[in-house]
Amino acid sequence: MTDQAVASEVGRARPRKEDARLITGQTNWTDNISVNGMLHLAILRSPMAHARIERVDVSPALERPGVVAAFSGRDLDGLGSLPCAWPVTEDIVLPDHPPIALDEVRHAGDPVAVVVARDRYAAADALEAIEVDYEPLPPVLDLEAALAEGSPLVHSDKGTNRSYVWPLKTGEDFDSVRRRAEVTVKRRYVHQRLIPNAMEPRAVVVTPLAASGEYTLYSSTQIPHILRIMMAVVTGIPEHKLRVIAPDVGGGFGSKLQVYGEEAIALAVARRVGRPVKWTESRSEGYLATHHGRGMIQDVEIAAMRDGRLLGLKVDLLTDMGAYLMLVTPGIPILGAFMYPAIYKMDSYDFTCTGVFTTRTPTDAYRGAGRPEATYAIERIMDELAAEVDLDPVELRRRNWIRHEEFPYTTIAGLTYDSGNYEAATGKAIALFEYDKLRAEQADRNARGDTVRLGIGVSTYTEMCGLAPSRVLGDLRYAAGGWEAATIRMLPTGKVEVVTGTSPHGQGHVTSWSQIAADVLGVPFEDVEVVHGDTKAAPQGMDTYGSRSLVVGGAAVHHAAQKVVAKARKIAAHLLEASEQDLDFADGVFSVKGSPEARKTIQEVAFETFTSHDLPDGMEPTINAEHLVDPDNFSYPHGTHLCAVEVDTETGRTKIRSYVCVDDVGRVVNPMIVEGQVHGGLAQGIAQALFEEAVYDEEGNLVTGTMADYLVPSAADLPEFVTERTETPATSNPLGVKGVGEAGTIASTPAVVNAIVDALRPLGVHDVRMPCTPERVWRAVREARS
Amino acid sequence: MIPPAFEYARPASVDEAVRTLAEAGEEAKVLAGGQSLLPLLRLRLAFPELVVDVGRVPELRGVREDGDTLVIGAMTTHHDVVTDPLVRRHAGLLAAATATVADPAVRHRGTLGGSLAHADPAGDLPAVILALGGELVAQGPRGRRTIAADDFFVDYLQSALEPDELLVEVRLPKADGWGFHYEKFHPVAQSWATVGVAALVRRDDGHIAEARIGLTNMGATPLRATAAEAALTGAGDTGSVTRAVESAAEGTRPAQDTAASPEYREHLARVLTRRAVLAAAGMG
Amino acid sequence: MTRISVKVDGTTYQDEVEPRLLLVHYLRDRLGLTGTPIGCDTSNCGACTVDLDGVSVKSCSVLAVQADGGEVTTVQGLAGDGELTALQKAFHEKHGLQCGYCTPGMLMAARDLLRENPHPSSDEVRHALEGNLCRCTGYQNIVRAVMAASGQEVTA
Repeated sequence: MTDQAVASEVGRARPRKEDARLITGQTNWTDNISVNGMLHLAILRSPMAHARIERVDVSPALERPGVVAAFSGRDLDGLGSLPCAWPVTEDIVLPDHPPIALDEVRHAGDPVAVVVARDRYAAADALEAIEVDYEPLPPVLDLEAALAEGSPLVHSDKGTNRSYVWPLKTGEDFDSVRRRAEVTVKRRYVHQRLIPNAMEPRAVVVTPLAASGEYTLYSSTQIPHILRIMMAVVTGIPEHKLRVIAPDVGGGFGSKLQVYGEEAIALAVARRVGRPVKWTESRSEGYLATHHGRGMIQDVEIAAMRDGRLLGLKVDLLTDMGAYLMLVTPGIPILGAFMYPAIYKMDSYDFTCTGVFTTRTPTDAYRGAGRPEATYAIERIMDELAAEVDLDPVELRRRNWIRHEEFPYTTIAGLTYDSGNYEAATGKAIALFEYDKLRAEQADRNARGDTVRLGIGVSTYTEMCGLAPSRVLGDLRYAAGGWEAATIRMLPTGKVEVVTGTSPHGQGHVTSWSQIAADVLGVPFEDVEVVHGDTKAAPQGMDTYGSRSLVVGGAAVHHAAQKVVAKARKIAAHLLEASEQDLDFADGVFSVKGSPEARKTIQEVAFETFTSHDLPDGMEPTINAEHLVDPDNFSYPHGTHLCAVEVDTETGRTKIRSYVCVDDVGRVVNPMIVEGQVHGGLAQGIAQALFEEAVYDEEGNLVTGTMADYLVPSAADLPEFVTERTETPATSNPLGVKGVGEAGTIASTPAVVNAIVDALRPLGVHDVRMPCTPERVWRAVREARS
Repeated sequence: MIPPAFEYARPASVDEAVRTLAEAGEEAKVLAGGQSLLPLLRLRLAFPELVVDVGRVPELRGVREDGDTLVIGAMTTHHDVVTDPLVRRHAGLLAAATATVADPAVRHRGTLGGSLAHADPAGDLPAVILALGGELVAQGPRGRRTIAADDFFVDYLQSALEPDELLVEVRLPKADGWGFHYEKFHPVAQSWATVGVAALVRRDDGHIAEARIGLTNMGATPLRATAAEAALTGAGDTGSVTRAVESAAEGTRPAQDTAASPEYREHLARVLTRRAVLAAAGMG
Repeated sequence: MTRISVKVDGTTYQDEVEPRLLLVHYLRDRLGLTGTPIGCDTSNCGACTVDLDGVSVKSCSVLAVQADGGEVTTVQGLAGDGELTALQKAFHEKHGLQCGYCTPGMLMAARDLLRENPHPSSDEVRHALEGNLCRCTGYQNIVRAVMAASGQEVTA
């Protein structure tokens, strides 16, 4: 029992509770679900980027063996438009987005027809029998050309490819600081399109109960709660008749923060045929059908004095929406809008973002979502400015960053950073990295004219996460709030169920939430179970994205547990015949001050509450508690990442020689999990810098259409990372936590590219477009030399 | 994704396999290790009516010596090639290059014969067999014939094999005493070679007496860098090798794809040939 | 249809299958052994890696008919009598998995490596796993886990 003192759970590197099933194959991925009578759904997709649908004939598919039904878009009437929950401006151009195309296809992969058959092989075969006549329309692929007069239109009824223009101007007018600046640097940076590549492809299973009109939707999703609401709207199935379950979900990285057409199609088809339906995407299908990330042109100008002191920053973005506005498509660059000034003090900030439609797969959240773009731009141009004013890049940052004694600090973009210590993180990183030693080696190689150059890249990032204060979201025209819910149920035998509204898909919430609850309640870690991802079992929640789960959801668990203790205290006081004030509570034990032998464990109190034989008068017979947290600020993790690369100037090959990061994510619940999140984030950020790009040809076909062409790095392609931390607690939540899911991705991309440019700067190179492939690096060197 | 339907035959002998292929005509496809064919089927880029699985023909497997020749059964897996002592002794270049093919699981299934018959210029082994001066033995209804590696790779994904012919073995002159190196340049560990260079060098008195260089992914077929080979004769130091390999891309016609432009591939061919030759000659 | 007999995780199954049926679909859809997942259609990701006749293979790139007469071990057959293997324990203790989707393939590929090379360097581990993609871990803890399972502790 709890007689021995329990060591604090928060802060312990607990191996995860989740693992036991995952390492033995006892998993419950959506594609593993099989129920009697289940049919397999397959989707015929547009082979063209843009075309008018002249004719769809699904009847030949019906002749194929095992086929139960086939539908075109017209056949599946009654489906509403897929939602965009973040119309960022009042006058945003927001086109209809039918889950399955009706008259026109607007990107390669747009759904055109579906079949359901007795197994996946029969369904795949039947697709080939469907006849479609397309009248090709011109593709729209170039962001600048799309805005020019006379450009072909993605949505001809809208009269423009411009979805919105979103400005933010604060402080002194930028033209005025430009006039008094001694130095200005202007650069264009391009973020390639990225394919998120969660290892589990998406899948959907719908089980209908036709007689009562009830539906259960299993989906490989990050957002079961939001999905339930949205599917009720799209399909017309009443919300209370729709249950959404996110079973084991194999990664998301934003790609499963979405309300997808396939979810609506599966519901509609199951309703029509009255039988369970399963759809599972193949990887190459997912490359067309699952949203992409990034896709942005950044024109950035920074104004400063000769001593490096910043005056202002101007940012003009063109962002690729793709063919439709999906759940939060237009809001992604706006999540970054506040982060371009980053950790720096300046007098002027001038930001404009223009959203542009193209005939490509829609973009939306991908790990970091807007903040990697912002961090990349500012951290890249800080290095350019450092070169311009002849300062070490770390020294330039030091001259401009918010000093630790200046917190809380309201930035030029209007955010109030509650805490941070950039000096501490940077100092630690520099020491671990052996910065001076590497600089000396670099100088030596440069002096020798070595064909393999050494480069050092720095990235002193911060981010806003822990999404989000509901009022702020409202001000930004986001359609929902940013709260999170937790319920704690004390079971009669003393075991504990934590019900959370977060929806983990690899993060380890079950373990971390158990640690938080165990600490507050003083019960063993093993006695806590966490319930999640099912709108019936965990009915309230805002799900998992934006490094919000621990900051908001974890805080909700903490508060709910405190409420349980407060209720239990009343009952314990009654049972021990003492006043509440006379009770101590430590390690799960209520004891009477001065007479420690008079004691009740909270688990004993749970049992006494269950029997309710002897409760205080008027006391409700439960110590269970619910708590909803609506944060009053974002959280602001920060850190310093240092990357050393060796660039082979003959082949253009970049090799990461060392990577050191010191992250400050506030207080740490489980250091092992935090470290794992950093590792994974680094890998994805480095992958953007070096390897990955969704490439389209001039007709709008995705050329990198399989995993053989889209280069997801393997273990052999990535280095060992050195990860360390500083701990400056957040003040905006009781745990002092800040969130860690996106930090590594946000920080690492500019660290790597800065290192490459630093290696090549003596040769006259000032930029390399991402991904910095060997050929791009080779060309940059060659052009600089000529 | 899901392969289209096909008929399936699993012959137990080469004769039976050849008979089956002859009866089926053009619509049959030989299944060796399946590591190229199965992804093609899954993406529905191939629609054979009949798949002839030669995985259970014992005579197609294994490595033996025949005088000065090393004979490798077509169905010998990459893994077995890499670990075979005879291959390592007499055709170290093949073992070294095969160790870079795909990943361990693919090497357990994929076969030497399958890779060569697939005739993908981006595959690592065709250029190696070319450099080694190998011969490929095919059996068909008209009997056996031997095809020189120089004549085997006809065009992109097209070999000299007739539809009713089965590649049964690969014959390599023993390269004892030759220095070798396979220099593979690929964007990530698992991907195809952007360019690969297979170099064999025979040295005499500190100078290169003879060099044989195969190029991966420098055209529709694997190629020999004949001009560089000639120029390398007599080279005795890094400088002379560097000058000689300037002609490494002569006569190549590399493709444009997401990995690289033709111009960059030509540049890589020169750099990688230099590195491969220096390593093979022990001059690096 | 072709008749096959395959031993999977110790049990022998006999079935009529279409020749085109992939081994991984046979395991998942016919035998209900869903521990082995599918992550791609080009044999790049390695999530579906199983052991066939003593060596690792990608079960998405093997036909069920090719496994006829063979013996398959999946992730579900690793732990005998509930006792986890050293690799499974190491993946747990070193946090070598997050979402867990790649984990069956990683375990099978790492098992194959340690069979051939019981004391690999961390660089050898990275190369042995190059056909297995993970999107969560950045691989560092996977490498640590494999090293630990081989009796080599890695600090840092």
